[in-house]
Parts: sequence; C-alpha cells; structure tokens
Amino acid sequence: MKSILKSREASHKLIIVCAFILIFGFFSVMNPSYASYSNIMTILLATCVNGILALGVSFPVITGGIDISVGTVMTFSCVMSGTAFTVWGWNIWIAILFGFFVGALCGAINGFAITKMYLPPFIATMAMQMITKGLSLVVSGIKPVYFSECSFYQKIATGEFLGIPGFYNAIIILIVVAVICYILFSHTLLGRYTLAIGSNQEATRLSGINVDKWKIIIYALSGLLAGVAGLVMSSRLNSAQPSLGTGYETEAIAAAVIGGNSLSGGEGSIVGTIIGALIISSLTNGLRIMAVPTELQSAIVGLVLALAVFLDQAKKMKAGR
Amino acid sequence: MAGELIRMEHIEKSFPGVKALDDVRFELRAGEVHALVGENGAGKSTLMKVLTGVYPKDKGTIYMNGQELTIKGVRDAQEAGIVMIHQELNLMNHLSAAENIFIGREFKKSGNLFLDKAKQNKEAKALFEKLNVDIDPTVRVGELTVAKQQMVEIAKAISFDFKVLIMDEPTAALTDNEIEDLFRVIRMLKAEGRSVIHISHRLEELQDIADRITVMRDGAYVDTKNIEDVTVDQIIKMMVGREIFVTKQKDFEDVNAPVTLEVKNLNAGRMVQDVSFKARAGEILGFAGLVGAGRTETMRAIFGADRYESGEIIIKGKAVKITSPKVAVENGIAYLSEDRKQYGLALGLDIDQNISMADMRSFINVFGIINKKKSMENSEQQRNALQIKTPSLKQKVKNLSGGNQQKVVLAKWLTRNTDILVFDEPTRGIDIGAKNEIYKLMNELADQGKTIIVISSELPEIIRTCHRVIVMCEGRITGEVTKEEIDQDVIMGYATRRLA
Repeated sequence: MKSILKSREASHKLIIVCAFILIFGFFSVMNPSYASYSNIMTILLATCVNGILALGVSFPVITGGIDISVGTVMTFSCVMSGTAFTVWGWNIWIAILFGFFVGALCGAINGFAITKMYLPPFIATMAMQMITKGLSLVVSGIKPVYFSECSFYQKIATGEFLGIPGFYNAIIILIVVAVICYILFSHTLLGRYTLAIGSNQEATRLSGINVDKWKIIIYALSGLLAGVAGLVMSSRLNSAQPSLGTGYETEAIAAAVIGGNSLSGGEGSIVGTIIGALIISSLTNGLRIMAVPTELQSAIVGLVLALAVFLDQAKKMKAGR
Repeated sequence: MAGELIRMEHIEKSFPGVKALDDVRFELRAGEVHALVGENGAGKSTLMKVLTGVYPKDKGTIYMNGQELTIKGVRDAQEAGIVMIHQELNLMNHLSAAENIFIGREFKKSGNLFLDKAKQNKEAKALFEKLNVDIDPTVRVGELTVAKQQMVEIAKAISFDFKVLIMDEPTAALTDNEIEDLFRVIRMLKAEGRSVIHISHRLEELQDIADRITVMRDGAYVDTKNIEDVTVDQIIKMMVGREIFVTKQKDFEDVNAPVTLEVKNLNAGRMVQDVSFKARAGEILGFAGLVGAGRTETMRAIFGADRYESGEIIIKGKAVKITSPKVAVENGIAYLSEDRKQYGLALGLDIDQNISMADMRSFINVFGIINKKKSMENSEQQRNALQIKTPSLKQKVKNLSGGNQQKVVLAKWLTRNTDILVFDEPTRGIDIGAKNEIYKLMNELADQGKTIIVISSELPEIIRTCHRVIVMCEGRITGEVTKEEIDQDVIMGYATRRLA
C-alpha cells in the first residue's frame, strides 16, 4: 500500500479506480438493471473499439506526441480489408491481415513524417486523418463495403466466446490486445524507450538509441491497433462504413488522458488507459439508461475529462511546492 | 546590531524524506555583499527560496529591520524589497529587454488602452545607463549574451527599488571580463545602501566582492565570518567538515600504449576547424580553452551528436564514419554532457531506468522481455561502486543532487562499458566532496586501460587530473602541453593564442 501511494502515477490510478467504482455505484443505485450481467457485457462490448484505439494512441502520447489519425485510419484499414475481400476476391484472413498492415503502414508514415520530415505530431497525424478519410470514400465509392459473402465475419466480434452467453469475442480481443500492450509497455524495450523519449528525447538519443526508428515503430503500433479496431468495428456492423471514423480519435485520446497518460510525455500506464476507456463507456451507458440525451452525454464526458486532468494537475502543483 | 536589515532565525523546512533546513539562521546587514556558500544540497537555495516566498517555511521567524515579516508568497517578498535572480534566468527570450523589465507593469498611454512603448524604452534605457551597460532596450532578450541578460534582470530588480538582491551563481556562465563588469555593478548597488546575497561555488572570487560570508552544510548553519578573516582553505573546510583530500593522478608512463582514438582534420562548422589529435589507452587527456573555444562541439561531432563535414575518426585502428550517437556508442565512445539535465538524464524516470538506458539490449531475453532483476542488480552494483546516495533505485532522478545525478550518468556509461569516455565539464555544479570522488573514478578508469577525455574550463581541474592537455581557441587546436609543462600560464597562453 505504501509503495502504491508513493508514486504519483500509481496514486492517479487509485483515483481513477475510485472514480470508476463511484460512477458504477451511482448508476447501479439509480437503476438496478445497470449492474446486471447483460448490461455489464454491453458496457464491455461498447469499450472494445474505443479501448483498442486508446491503447494504441497511448504510446505516441507517452512519447510526448499525439495521434489524431486513429479514427479514420481505423475506417481506412477496414475499407481496404473489405475491398480486398469483396472486390479483389482475397481470402478473408489474408484480407484481415492486409487491413492490419494498412493501419500499421499509415502509422509508420506518420512516424516517418514526424521524424524525417520534422512535422509536429499534431500536424502529421492531422494530415493522415484527412488523407485516410478521403481515401476511404474514394476507394469505397462512398458506399459501405459489405462482408456478407463471408458467413462468419460478423461472428469475429459478436460471436459468443466458448458459447458463454453475452460474452462476445470482441471482449476477448480487447483483453488480448490490452495484455499485449501491457507487456510491450512494461516489459520490453519498446515501452522503456517510449517512456525515455517522452521524458527526454535528446538524452535518449545521446544514450545511443535510434530515436527515429523507435518513434516510427511506436506510431506504426498505434496505426496497427487502429487496424485491429477496424476489424472489430466492421465485424460488428458486418460492413466497413467509409463515412465513420472522425470523432473516434477524440474519445480515444480522452480515455488515455483520463487514464493518467500525460500529454507532455514521460508518464503513463496501460492499465490507466483501460480504466479510462471503461470510465467513458460506463458513463455513456449509464446516462443512456437514465435517458439523458446523446448531446448532453458528450458534454458530461467532457466535464469528466476536465475533472480527471484537473485532479492530476492539482496533485502535481502540490508536489512541486 | 549595527545596520541589521534581515534576520532569519530557527528556520526549518522539510520535503518528503529530506530535512532541507534544520534550525538555520542568517543575518544580513544593509549595504553589504554577503556570500552564501556550501556544497550542493547544503540548503543555500532552499533558504533563499524561503526568504523570497517560493517555499513556505515549516518553522522559524524572519525579521526585517527588527519587525517580524510574514512572507506567504513571492509577492510579499517583492513588496518587502527582496528580489532573487535565479541561476536559470527568468526572462522571455522573444520579448525585448524593455518589455521584460516592465512585464506586468506596462506603461499605458492616456486612455489606458494602448501601450506606451516609447516611454517604456526610455525608462529601460535610463536603467541601463545607470548601470553603465550597453544594451538596446528594443533588442530581443534571446539575442543577448548571458551576461547582458543578467544585467536586464538586475535592471528589472532596480526598477522594483529592491533592498535585498539575491543572486544564485551569477558568475557560473560568465567570462572574466563579464565577471568584472558584474562586480562593478554589485559594488555600485552596495554604495547605494542596497544589500546583495551572493551564492557562489567559486570561492576565489569572494575575496574580491563579499564583505561577509555564511557557510552552510547539510541543511544546517555553520558559521558567519568577515571575509578578510578567512582563507579559501578555511572556507572549504567549513563547507565539507573534513580535510580535503586532493587527488593526485599517477604519472602516465606508457607512451607506447595503443592509440584508441585518432582524429584527423575534423571539420564541423565554424567551431571545429581542422582538429587532429590522438588519445591512448589508460590516458587522461584534457581539453582546455575558454568557453566557446569549440571543445564541446568537437566532442559532439566525434560522438555523432552533431554532423561533421569532413575528417577522419579512427577508433582502435579502424576508420569509422560516425553518423549518430548510436554508431559512436557501438564503437565504444561515451559522452557525458556538460548539461546533464538536458542531454544526460531522463529526469522523470527512475535511477535504474536511467542507468540501464544505454545498454538495454544486455538486459533483455530472447523474447525481448526486460529482465528487471538483472537490471536492478547492475544498478545496485553501480550504486555501491559510485556511492550514489539515494534511499531507493526507484527514486526519480530529478530528486537527486547534482553530484548524484552526475554519478547516475557515469553509471549509465559504465554499464555500457565503453573504452573511451568523454567527460564534458564533469564537475560543473557539483560540490567539492563529490568532485573528488569523480576525479578518483576517472583515475581508476584510466588505470583499467580506458581512455578518458576531459573538457574543463576550470584550469585547476585540468592540471590536477590530466596527463596531457590539448588547448583550443576559436575552433582550432592552438597548443598541446605534456605532463612536464602543464602550467596555468602556458595553458592560458595557448587558450588566448598568445603563444600561437
């Protein structure tokens, strides 16, 4: 317990866990059906796409950068995957992998633009956002790409895992991605260098580390996970919707930030990101159950975001004194 | 007490885990220059931050002219006429000198809507004239030298009509002429009856400028003396509380030791022109010269931190094209920057993470998973060998003192185990006790057959530690001094090209 309280990131984690419990408790009291098994599964299912995007975006954020292209890269990669399957007649699994590859490639191009062309991350990924948004519409001819020819495509996300009722495959995908991200972040060079670059990029470079290479890998990872999110998304809809995508990046970054990842880099955690994503989806779910209009839901999530960062900053100011 | 202006009594201040100030007192007279000295971590800066309201004190009382003074924040201190010029100057580089001086108190034209820039510039000019310094009020501060930026800060302080001016290491980055100019201004302020508290590591200069001196050690008050009553040696003794052990290096005998690093006709911009030299295994090679002589630039080029245009770098007989720090490190060169906070450390990460950073690949298994136990074992070993003082290796590096931070940087490179180590101003901002430890470590490393290159602007340091000295001036090598002839005057001669 003592060691948990000692580190600032850990104490932020404690705060958001409490916040999550508070939100969950509040809605459970307000509406008993909120805490039911089926609603919990609904919340988890609703966390999947945003959670995977948020996990991806956490890595650039912890380097002190940002990736605002994840929403449209997600769309673009599943549009490409769908095109490969329906138009080019590729095997479905190859097409899915191709979708991941497209996502990773978009991310790698982001990384290249940032490191070799010296574009600020915000600008580079904004350009990628606009490029992929446009390309999705062009490639698809502004029409949804349907996966109906594949009998099981929809089952990839919405099938029930081991036949457990309500326990969708998408949730398993989220859990697997989260565990992989956790291992990458906490136990591999990728995670260590992500932190080091965020803490002091120049000192990292002068330690003999190829910072450019690692940043390209980090942005490629963010793009790759956008591709995975694209699979989940298109599987749930049984189609790639080329006009979707914008707005998803905001929610993903919000989840990462609520989870305690500092936008100035150098600190953050994968567990935090997941809790951040869970807070957003349980909040929106609860508000929906209480029949709060959609427009107001967004405003409330915004308030929670501001509050979460405020708590973190207040603590930082206090520690600095 | 005659002319007493400020008295601080029984001041205590704790930070989590550290008692930074323990029952400290301090007394300042009107119209005196009072030197405040002590090793890093002795509590000088903390005491001054208490006086200026940056930190609230835990206990104790502050009196001004015999009246108790409540300082709750920087504003209170300013209103009482206490102003501090920090080591890292607090100026806005993109604003003009005049705008910096009057920031927050801008002159307005009648109607209170538009800024009166003409008046602002005139007032700033008057302040500079009073200080007798040549600064154009409209010039952007970022274009001024550090010395002139300091003068802008002093002018700003005067515009507040301060009674007490605290200067934290004002001479650290100045040349001798600039220091003279600064001291002239300080004497002028003193003649006006203002008091100056001068925090410094350069003990030699205190005799010139200070009236009295207060020594602190480990967060406690040691003594206050008239400056003419103490020698530099006595001050040092009070600061460290023990006899200073002066490292004397072993003579370097083996002139046939293999050449580990050879540089031929290196060119990199204006600051590195046609630089050639050799360094041998087991040798400590010094690079002397004035600030801006091109020594750091030379080493940064050799380390791949900056690009070089032409020239050859030969490491252990093999010509290597160094395109990045990664290539340099892989070829066995380590560079310890003069600015460890900016270039040496990831301050927000912990000690273990910093120590392992340059050699992560030896701490991962075949699956790419970091073996944290192995990394911690190594860090623990380095911590013991270098005597890094910390409660835990999980401590963030930003919480360490300067000396311990430097040891972490050194531990990082010792972990990587490179054959050539370049120390750029290795003891800047480090207290005397830690300095000696660093010298001792450099000797040990040389004995192990490593090549040590030391850049230092402190001649005594060069003379004390190096086997051979290369002197640079304006981007060129102007002289080389062997062991027998190492001497302050000879080096200074080359450094200013008097003998070249």
